[in-house]
Parts: sequence; C-alpha cells; structure tokens
Amino acid sequence: MTPKPIFDWQFAWHILPQLLSALTVTVEAVVFGMAMALVLGLAWALLRRSPRKLISRPISLVVEVIRSTPLLIQLYFLYFVLPEAGITLSPLATGIIGLGIHYSSYTAEVYRAGIEAVPRGQWEAAWALSLSPARTWRAVILPQAIPRVVPVLGNYFIAMFKDTPLLAAITVAELLKTAKIIGAAEFRYLEPLTLIGALFLVISLLASQVVGFLERRYGTSF
Amino acid sequence: MEPHSSLPSATRPTVTMRGVVKRYGKLEVLSGLDLDIACGEKLALIGPSGSGKSTLLRILMGLEDIDAGTIEAFGKPMWTATPNGAAAAPKPELARLRRRFGMVFQHFNLFPHMTVMRNLTEAPIHVLGMPEGEATQRARELLSGVGLADKADARPAQLSGGQKQRVAIARAVAMAPEVMLFDEVTSALDPEVVGEVLDVLRELARTSGMTMLLVTHEMGFAREFSDRVVFMDGGKVIESGPPEQVFEAPAEDRTREFLSRVL
Repeated sequence: MTPKPIFDWQFAWHILPQLLSALTVTVEAVVFGMAMALVLGLAWALLRRSPRKLISRPISLVVEVIRSTPLLIQLYFLYFVLPEAGITLSPLATGIIGLGIHYSSYTAEVYRAGIEAVPRGQWEAAWALSLSPARTWRAVILPQAIPRVVPVLGNYFIAMFKDTPLLAAITVAELLKTAKIIGAAEFRYLEPLTLIGALFLVISLLASQVVGFLERRYGTSF
Repeated sequence: MEPHSSLPSATRPTVTMRGVVKRYGKLEVLSGLDLDIACGEKLALIGPSGSGKSTLLRILMGLEDIDAGTIEAFGKPMWTATPNGAAAAPKPELARLRRRFGMVFQHFNLFPHMTVMRNLTEAPIHVLGMPEGEATQRARELLSGVGLADKADARPAQLSGGQKQRVAIARAVAMAPEVMLFDEVTSALDPEVVGEVLDVLRELARTSGMTMLLVTHEMGFAREFSDRVVFMDGGKVIESGPPEQVFEAPAEDRTREFLSRVL
C-alpha cells in the first residue's frame, strides 16, 4: 500500500472554488475598506490642520487613539457594541468599517506628510492671488500632495489586505474563516491553510508590482 | 522731480506705514518704519540684506503680521495701533484689500502641476469670476506681452528660470492689481537671463499705471526703473529720494557707505 501523500492535491483542487469565492469577500472588504480609509484619512488630515484648535485638537486625539489600539479590539468593539447601541450591520459591513477607520489613522499621516512636502511658496502664491482656502486646497495643494503619496497609500492597501484574516474573528466568511470551516469539516488543515497562504502571497506580490509601477509613475511627477 | 500735484490721489497716498515694527522672536526686522507710497509710483527698495526690504513687501501682501505700528492702504486701515501692539483689520476687509495687491516672488512659485495657461487663468476665473474664454484670451495677450505666446501649454518645469519668472509676472498682472510687489525677482536667475526679466519689468513700468515696489540688488536697474529710491537699513528707512539724488548725492553716511560697497 502506497503511503498517502502529505499534501493531497486532489483535495486541494476540490476546495479551491470555495476558497476563491471566499477571496471575493476578502477583496470586497479591502476595496471598500481602503476607499473608506482614503476618504476618512483625508478628512482627518485636513481637519487636523484647521486653524481652530477646538477642531484640530480633538481630531488629533481621536486619530492617535485609533492608531494606538489594536485593529482586533476595534473590530470586536464595533461588532459587539454597535448592536447594543441599536445599530445592526452585517459582519462584512462591520469589518469594512473597522478596516476603514483603523487604516484612516495611517492614511491621515501619509496625507499629512504629502501636504507638508508642498513648498511654502505654493501657499504664498495662492494667497497672493487671493485664492480662497477651499480653492487653494483643491486646485493647488492637494493635486501636488496626493500624487507624491500614492505609492505609500498603495503599501497600506497591501497591509490592509494582509490584515483581513482578523475579520474571521467577527465571523466574516473571508479566506481564513472559510479555510477553518473546511478544515474543521474535513479534518484536514494543511491544504486549505496552504492554499490561502499562497493566494495571499500571489496577490500581495502582484499588488507590489502595481505599487512599484505607481512609484515610477508618480515618483518623478512634474 | 515734478510733485504729483496734478493727481487727485496725491492728497492721499496709496499706502501709508507708520512706526511699523516686525519681530521674528528676538530679532527685530522692522524697527519703526515710516513710508508713504503714492499712487502710480515706481519705487525701488535697496539696502543690505537683512534690512527688512522683503519683509516690508510680505507685510503689505498680508503674508506676515506686524507687532506694532499702523498701515493704511487705499485709505482703509490694514493695521491699527492698540495698547497691546498692532491689530489687524477684520478678515473680510483684509481679503478685499489683498485683491488690490499682487506679488512676484524670488523663486517664482508657479504651480508646477498646471500648464502655463492654467497658471494665468486660475485666479481670474476662480477669484474674479471671469468667464474661461475671456480669461484665456487675456492670458494669451499677457503671454505675448512677456514674449512667451508659444509656451501656453508648457509646464513650468519645461521653462528656463527667466521664462518662469516672466510667466509669474504675467500671472500676477492677470489679476490687475493696483500695487505690485516684486521681491528680488532676478536674484534666483542665471546672469544671462536676468536681462529678459528686467526688460519685462521696464516695459510694465512704462506702460502700466500700476504702483510698483521693487526690492532689488540690481542698482543699475533700480536707478533706471524707479521714480524714487528708498534706502533701508536696520529695519528703517534711512533715506529716500529721486534716483539721481540717492545714487549721486546721498544725504546719509549709511547710504553712501552701502553704495560704495555695491556700486
């Protein structure tokens, strides 16, 4: 009798469709989570620069708290506390919000660095031309600040992708959760865990290529 | 020099500065400066570096606050004296006054992500509410005026230093300011392109009724360009007068000493 191979390729092939469908959940979480992080982070960055201390101080504090506490705790908080406040969302929606809020504290810092890299002379020229503060941001500062930081934002996109297994903790049927379900049902963990590891690896490497391209594209802007 | 007695504006200067004090920390950059600027005057500000010339321009543009003194522009207060130092006029009032000033910077400060055309039309469209067609038409005229009609679609990075500064001048003129402030506009340029920028300034001084304040280290040009030369040192106006007088027969020792060093 031939010994059973350590890695059962047939079993791996058999569970692949189920994992690929879980991958779409993961991708959905990252795409919407990142969209939220990009918008919210920009809002934080702008509000933190408000000349009104009554606005900038509390925002700085909030961002600091978000960045300095673990994502997993934030996810649990949203998942268990929001329903107590009468807000009931699907696990996936909760996960997207958690990822978005958590990563907004990083993107806020990235935007801040980009904004600070715009030379002071640009502000002064806009001022001398009487551009309004809103127009100065929209037409002069952000179009210079954001392209500079696109590659860094791309890296956070990859980091968020690799953080999605945490959503398993709040019952989102993403890659890890699905792999565990298969493992528990079939008493085989090697194949599902190896496969999702491989999926993470392939997608992260591809995404790194995209970020590298963005770096070359925007690194030499203007 | 003929006094401006025929001009109605002569009764009231465009800008009046009295006892203006500006400090950066412990360093006093302006120490009780008094200066009147008449409407349409072409004024050259000269003096050693650190004498406060650029600071003076930046204050008029609203880029710097002052610590004491009063400033009036177009008959309206910009800064008034209070027991605790100088107080700025309300923000909307300052914003209205700011529109009547324009500034050209030493390092151009063109918007690098916009075309030359867009640099010139951005403020007329979004501040003055000019229709885009009209703003574009006007920008084309201004660009031809500075000899850069063919550069409308270029990005600033594709231009030489002299071309950038000519665009920056056209951009400031596009807002039709009444007082134009030129802050060492040739200091960052290679010597061989200084001339093309000075030509533009000369033409502007000749053809426009704008009041012009020029901070410069080009003494020859200051003399040729200006109706009046103001010599500053130690944050004060030491002497001012027609260029022939200041350059040939300065009344003050410090002026003479400075000129002997730079001429």
